[in-house]
Amino acid sequence: MSSNQEGTAVHVHRDDLGAKIGMWLFLFTEVLLFGGMFLVYAFYRIQHADHFRVAAMELDTGIGTLNTIILLTSSLTVALAIAAIQKGNRFFSVLMINLTLIFAVMFMVNKYFEWSAKISHGIYPGSNVMLELPNGQILFFGLYYVMTGLHALHVVIGVVILGVMLIQLMKKKITQDNHVKLENAGLYWHLVDLIWIFLFPLFYLIQ
Amino acid sequence: MANGKDTVAENFYNQSTNKHTGILSWLLTVDHKRIGLMYLYAILTFFVVGVIIGLLMRLELIAPGRQLMDAQTYNALFTLHGVIMIFLFIIPGLPAIFGNFFLPIQLGARDVAFPRLNLLSFYVYLAGAFLALLSLFLPGGPIDTGWTFYIPYSVRSTTNVSLAIFAAFVLGFSSILTGINFVTTVHRLRAPGMTFFKMPLFIWATYATAWIQIIATPVIGITILLVMVERAFGVGIFDPALGGDPILFQHMFWIYSHPAVYIMILPAMGVVSEIIPTFVRRTIFGYKAIAISSLAIAFVGYLVWAHHMFTSGMSDTARWIFSLLTFIVALPSGVKVFNWVATMYKGSIDPKPPFLWVMNFIFLFSIGGLTGLVLGSLATDIHLHDTYFVVAHFHYVMFGGTGTIFFAALHYWFPKMFGKMYNDRLARIAVVLFFVGFNLLYFPKFILGYMGMPRRYYDYLPQFEPLQFVSTVGSWILAGTIFFIIGYLIHALLKGKKATSNPWGGVTLEWHIPSPPPLENFKEIPTVTHEPYDFSQLKEMKDE
Amino acid sequence: MENHVKKHPGYSTYIFVWLALLAFTSITVTVAGIDLGNYTMLVALGIAAIKSVLVINIFMHIKYEEKIFKVFLLLSLFTLLSIFILTLFDIIYR
Repeated sequence: MSSNQEGTAVHVHRDDLGAKIGMWLFLFTEVLLFGGMFLVYAFYRIQHADHFRVAAMELDTGIGTLNTIILLTSSLTVALAIAAIQKGNRFFSVLMINLTLIFAVMFMVNKYFEWSAKISHGIYPGSNVMLELPNGQILFFGLYYVMTGLHALHVVIGVVILGVMLIQLMKKKITQDNHVKLENAGLYWHLVDLIWIFLFPLFYLIQ
Repeated sequence: MANGKDTVAENFYNQSTNKHTGILSWLLTVDHKRIGLMYLYAILTFFVVGVIIGLLMRLELIAPGRQLMDAQTYNALFTLHGVIMIFLFIIPGLPAIFGNFFLPIQLGARDVAFPRLNLLSFYVYLAGAFLALLSLFLPGGPIDTGWTFYIPYSVRSTTNVSLAIFAAFVLGFSSILTGINFVTTVHRLRAPGMTFFKMPLFIWATYATAWIQIIATPVIGITILLVMVERAFGVGIFDPALGGDPILFQHMFWIYSHPAVYIMILPAMGVVSEIIPTFVRRTIFGYKAIAISSLAIAFVGYLVWAHHMFTSGMSDTARWIFSLLTFIVALPSGVKVFNWVATMYKGSIDPKPPFLWVMNFIFLFSIGGLTGLVLGSLATDIHLHDTYFVVAHFHYVMFGGTGTIFFAALHYWFPKMFGKMYNDRLARIAVVLFFVGFNLLYFPKFILGYMGMPRRYYDYLPQFEPLQFVSTVGSWILAGTIFFIIGYLIHALLKGKKATSNPWGGVTLEWHIPSPPPLENFKEIPTVTHEPYDFSQLKEMKDE
Repeated sequence: MENHVKKHPGYSTYIFVWLALLAFTSITVTVAGIDLGNYTMLVALGIAAIKSVLVINIFMHIKYEEKIFKVFLLLSLFTLLSIFILTLFDIIYR
């Protein structure tokens, strides 16, 4: 390690493993954040098992499955993008990140149609239709909006992060030797996928 | 290692990490020492604000009936006192100030793993503090729910609850960033030869704390978000009118807030483990036991949260399980206290002010800890829940524990941080005054609580008046002492004698470098060969 | 500081894992149609757990990383699990 002399320069060193440790620690905070939500879900599902089942009938399993496939595939494309840059194949890496972004947008479009269909049926927090429902169903839809909403927010953040990575990739700031940023962005995206893997059966598959 | 003479002019005060000079060289710095000092000034400011609010509350309570303010103002003040002292002073206090300043130095590193993230976390802290203060002045008025934000009142209250709890969310984010930084630093930037079991115990404690910050804080984050969503859209997740369960909120709140108690106390225990060996000239007794007990406390601390909820209406099974687990926390804490005392046995004790502060700590914290057991057992808690007994208990633990150690750490590391010595005699007087004021202020509350005085009440029955009066007099002595301490430290800063590089005869790495330290701490990264508290190296350190 | 490059899998491994993930998705959707009584939730969560193990190990490279990552991960999940179990003591026995 070189020691710098006098003056203003900060001691710069690169530590890819350190960066990855930092990223994983951050992912743990995300896991615990959603973990708290899943705890709320478990608590109320035990209290209101039947109401949850009835309320879940309203959800569209088809659209949920489609979104699952989209997210899983986008996870694949991110993983391929990282593998590509490790092999030095910048073109393929850029292509894969672009594909990921397209999948992310598809996911959000689906989500938009799904939510607007619910809202047009009058099912949204505070609506008259909702207030008529039994408590367990109100809770189900409340959790549905909050949990998928928070997840969708993470998708949007992921899109922004991947967009920045795409620019850096094209400007050759991310290279075969120095791609830890892309790897960390990929980790974030996989986490978004992981959370959906659990959200999907808990909301769409309990009829 | 650097020798004192030709590096006199070189320290982090006149060397900057950026090209700016003056105030910008501080505001944009990525140097862990400067960031630590900025935290010190910010946190100390909020602490003083919290003290003044506390004084006002005590003044209101000096006699039954209205003295200074109406009941709504009193409600806002006790909430504010709690929010400021907990979220702005005691949670970030030791890790952000002394952790930032000394963790890299004690590890033999030039800085933390992510210096820019470190600066960011400072500004996130300031942003959170700003939001908390903003919530006081916006229409709607200051929050009046108590710092626990219990549902359903926090959904019904028309005060600025959303903004105030969002401030807590932002502060939590700052805490998480600090935690991530410290864990990564400990894993990646230890000097050659510095194995885990050669790390000073302050680092062990800070490391365990950092893990709690990472794993527990997100839970309060999501809880706060849910309350905000609840207030904005009425989704019904906690609101009982829509089927929600307020007890679940209490669970979620304490799943964070109980481990947060260990965020507050663990670094304090780490500081104690630093100070005791230095002033008794003996290696610490049971090094590994103390190191591991930090991790044990951090983990067991997750499993006891519902002892705050014995009277909430949760299931009986949960009540006895949590009561049982609560007693288990006493084990690792006991390990620490016994090892500290055993370290002093046959040592050559040099009762300098930092050591006296630690004695103060052991006494006050023991009272706090033992009354904790009274509250942790189910039957007595039913009687004492939400009385002044609880207030007294947590002030003994938090203020008598962490607050005392805040001053101990300040007195221990002051010469290293600022390169100046303070007046020894004034410091000794301050310890005594602090002790007297503290016990006058808080001990009567044990008795008041036992007699049935509920916490957070604006008014009280006439039979409580004598003890309330004593308590208020104690608050004057205690607050006076705090201003006295700040006064002589500022005087030392301006006119104090120059401090040598090792005024106490400590042996951890920070005492091997000049006071104040140079910009990147070490000219060369040291190679560690000694055990952390091996005082045989004192002689070679003098020869250097 | 060494910037070690660990061996990561090639394209084919990722595609294989992706196919497995899709297969598990179709299984879980199909099984959801069958009434298994109390086991419905367990089966669904079990499959979700298998899927997440695949994602964490292969896509997120945990299998190829140093041991410390695995320790961290297990520690965090164990803490989360403890919190769940303790909270359930309240709701189940209330």
